[in-house]
Amino acid sequence: MGKEQTITCKVNGRSYEKSVPVRQSLADFLRDTLSLTGTHLGCEHGVCGACTVSINGRSVRSCLTLAVQADEAEIVTIEGLRNESGEWHQIQKSFHENFGLQCGYCTPGFLITAIELLEENPDPTEEEVREALSGNICRCSGYSAIVTAVMAAARDMRELQKT
Amino acid sequence: MAPQAHPDSEKRVKAPWFEYQAPRTLKEGLEALRDAGPDGRVLAGGQSLMPMLNMRIAAPTHLIDINRIETLNHLTVEGDMLRIGALVRHADVLRSKKIREGWPLLTEATTQVAHLAIRNRGTVCGSISHNDPAAEHPSILATYDGSVVIASTEGTREVPADAFSDGMMSTILEPGEMVIEVRYPRPAAGAGQAFVEYARRLGDFAVAGAAAILEVREGKCARARLTVVGMGDGPFRAAGAEDLLIGAEMDASTSAELFAAAAAKVMDEVDPAEDVHASSGYRRHLAGVLTKRALATAFARTGSV
Repeated sequence: MGKEQTITCKVNGRSYEKSVPVRQSLADFLRDTLSLTGTHLGCEHGVCGACTVSINGRSVRSCLTLAVQADEAEIVTIEGLRNESGEWHQIQKSFHENFGLQCGYCTPGFLITAIELLEENPDPTEEEVREALSGNICRCSGYSAIVTAVMAAARDMRELQKT
Repeated sequence: MAPQAHPDSEKRVKAPWFEYQAPRTLKEGLEALRDAGPDGRVLAGGQSLMPMLNMRIAAPTHLIDINRIETLNHLTVEGDMLRIGALVRHADVLRSKKIREGWPLLTEATTQVAHLAIRNRGTVCGSISHNDPAAEHPSILATYDGSVVIASTEGTREVPADAFSDGMMSTILEPGEMVIEVRYPRPAAGAGQAFVEYARRLGDFAVAGAAAILEVREGKCARARLTVVGMGDGPFRAAGAEDLLIGAEMDASTSAELFAAAAAKVMDEVDPAEDVHASSGYRRHLAGVLTKRALATAFARTGSV
C-alpha cells in the first residue's frame, strides 16, 4: 500500500516499469509520464470516448482506468498503430482518404474503437458501424465521413486478407 | 528524448487519495474490505465509480480492486439457474450464447447498456450494486425474480432482488460486504421475454424502460413479471399490473385491451421524479407506452399469437 505503486506494462510493444500514484488515471500516466500525448482527454468521466485505448485487445476508457490497474497489461495507443516499417494502419489511411477528421481531437478514440469493431466483425453493416462508434463523440465531422472511412477500411482490410 | 513527467502532473490529478489494494483471492479481498471500514469501496469495472472519483462525488478511503480475483469471473448455468460472477462484463453477457437462448431479456437489455468500451469494463454485479434507478440491470434481475449473493468475512447470504434495493443508489449492503454473484432463474419453456427503453441517444441511461416476462397456458396468463426502469428509487416492480394480468384470458383479440389496462395501472402506481432529462408527467406517460410495448412483444414471443 502507500501513495505510489510500481507497475510493469507494455505500451505499443515497449516495456515500462514505473512508479505511479495510485490515484492517477491511465490517461494521465500515458500522457504525462510516458509523454504519449496522442491519447486525448475530453470529458474525463467516460462519456466522450476521446481517451479510448486498447488494453489486452479490448477498447477501454483510459480516463476511467487507474494506471495501477494496467499492471501486467498490454496497451496500444494511437502512437502504436503504425506497422514496423512505419506505415499507417489501414484505418488511419482510410480516415485520411475519406476526410474522417477535421480537428482530430476525437480521432484517436475513434480509431481504437473501429479497430476493435473490425477485428470482431470484419464485414459490418453501416448500422453496426454507427452502433459501435456511438460511444465516441465528434463535434466537427457530422459523423458521415467517419462512418464512410470505417466502411472503406473494412473493405480494404478484407481485400488485403485475401491477397 | 526520454519521456519526462509533466511538471504539473500531480496538481492535475482528479481523484481524491485512497489506499489501493488488488487482492488475488476472495478471502484476501473480503479481509481487505473488512479492514477498510465503512468508507472502503470495491472497484470492479469502475465505469460508475471512476467518474464519481474524478468528479469527487465519492471519496472512499480504500479501494479494493477485485479485478485480479479470477474465481469471480464465472458465467455458468447450473440446472435452471444462471450464475453471473462479480467480474463478468456487459460484453461477456452479450457474447454468451447460453444467455441469449435462455435469458434473452438479459441480452436485449444489455445491448442498451452504454457503449462498446464501457461494456468491455463495466460489470453486471457492479451495476446492480450501484443501483442507479435509470440502469437496466437492477430491473432485469428483479424481473427474473433473481437473487444477489453477498459475501463478507462472516460468510455469505443470498437476498432476493426485490429486497436488495434500499433507495436511490443505495442497497442493503453492510460495510465489509460485497456482491459476489447474481442469480437468474430460467423462466418456463415458452415464456415470452421483452425489454424496451427510451433514451435520448443510443447508450444513454434510460429516461424510461420496461421489462416483461409472460407465461401463457391454455389461453390464460399463468405468470407475469413486469418492471419499469427510471421511475423510482430503484427497480420498480409493477405488482398491481402483474395482479391484473395473472389469470386473465390472453389471446390475440383481447390482449391489446388487457395491456392497455395494465399500462394504465402502471401509470397509476409510479411516482417518477423530475430531472433535467424529463418531467415527472412525461416519465409517467413513457411508463405506460413502454409497458404496452414490452407486454405486446413478450406476448408475441410466447408463440400464442
